[in-house]
Amino acid sequence: MRMVACHDSDVRDWIALLKPRVMSLVVFSGLIGLLVAPGHLNPVLAFTAVLCIAIAAGACGAINMWYDRDIDALMRRTRGRPIPAGRIEPGAALGYGITLAVGSVIVMGLAVNHVAAGMLALSIAFYVFVYTMWLKRRTPQNIVIGGAAGAFPPVIGWAAVTGSVDLIPLVLFAIIFMWTPPHFWSLALFANDDYRRAKVPMLPVVAGGKETRRQIVIYTLLLVPLSLAPWLLGFSGPVYAVAASVLGAGFLVSVWRVATDRQDATGVSLTNDAPARAAFKFSIAYLFVLFAALAIDHCVGRIV
Amino acid sequence: MADPPRMTEAEAAAFRRRQKGRNIAMLLVLIGLSALFFAITIVKMTKF
Repeated sequence: MRMVACHDSDVRDWIALLKPRVMSLVVFSGLIGLLVAPGHLNPVLAFTAVLCIAIAAGACGAINMWYDRDIDALMRRTRGRPIPAGRIEPGAALGYGITLAVGSVIVMGLAVNHVAAGMLALSIAFYVFVYTMWLKRRTPQNIVIGGAAGAFPPVIGWAAVTGSVDLIPLVLFAIIFMWTPPHFWSLALFANDDYRRAKVPMLPVVAGGKETRRQIVIYTLLLVPLSLAPWLLGFSGPVYAVAASVLGAGFLVSVWRVATDRQDATGVSLTNDAPARAAFKFSIAYLFVLFAALAIDHCVGRIV
Repeated sequence: MADPPRMTEAEAAAFRRRQKGRNIAMLLVLIGLSALFFAITIVKMTKF
């Protein structure tokens, strides 16, 4: 058989298209929405709901990588991705993403319920059309508004159990929404050169490091009291309240270090953005532990 | 139009290895989905 040289993909490339690291936080927050919702869902259907959320998030990742393949090729952090590296054809990645997106919504609708499927479709559409195609390259508020896409999973998880959307999942939505700017702008501070090269108008590129650090502190100051809302609304108990307070204090200390980082007159860090790197890592742990505390508190509440 | 360059033996072996990996992954996905849809059907049927 005659074989010709061509670029070829590995299974790992197709997994990489799904952005598995982003997927893990999405799956976790979706699972929490499902666990804390009142009512019961058959474990097989609960597994299906979480799987659909995971696949939909992966599909968004694949479509995002298809759309952003030109700027991904310019950024050090992303130039090794399967499409810019030439291992997967752009059209194939798009087809893969659309198939998974449509498939996940159909399965959610047939196996779980139509409200959860509708919310899932809405979150995919928001991420692809509003964030990726519209906001990302146009405004430094891209991740503020686009953050809503990442805030959907607990609402979808809740809807999977209850078939409706109530105040509590909307509070969880708001928590992730407020968490997104300090999380992403911490990353943007130390990935500033990449974003500038790719002409992505992230806040540090457009407004500079000083303003970005100020905005990170403002959003964290809004996030910390908001994180206590489930307790204030009587939905969770002291376990969650203590966890949210301690984590909030830790997050505030972390972003305060970002704000007071040694910097030159133009706001460029003189410490290689060490505090921003630490705040970025802390922000991920913050959301994981905060939501885990909510679920633990809920279990404790059911037992006691 | 010139013919595309031929693969060397080593490249062809690597190509087949990756192709085999993709086929196995596809098989596992299909088996997993079949099992899932079967389980969903059983759950839905026992509900009514």
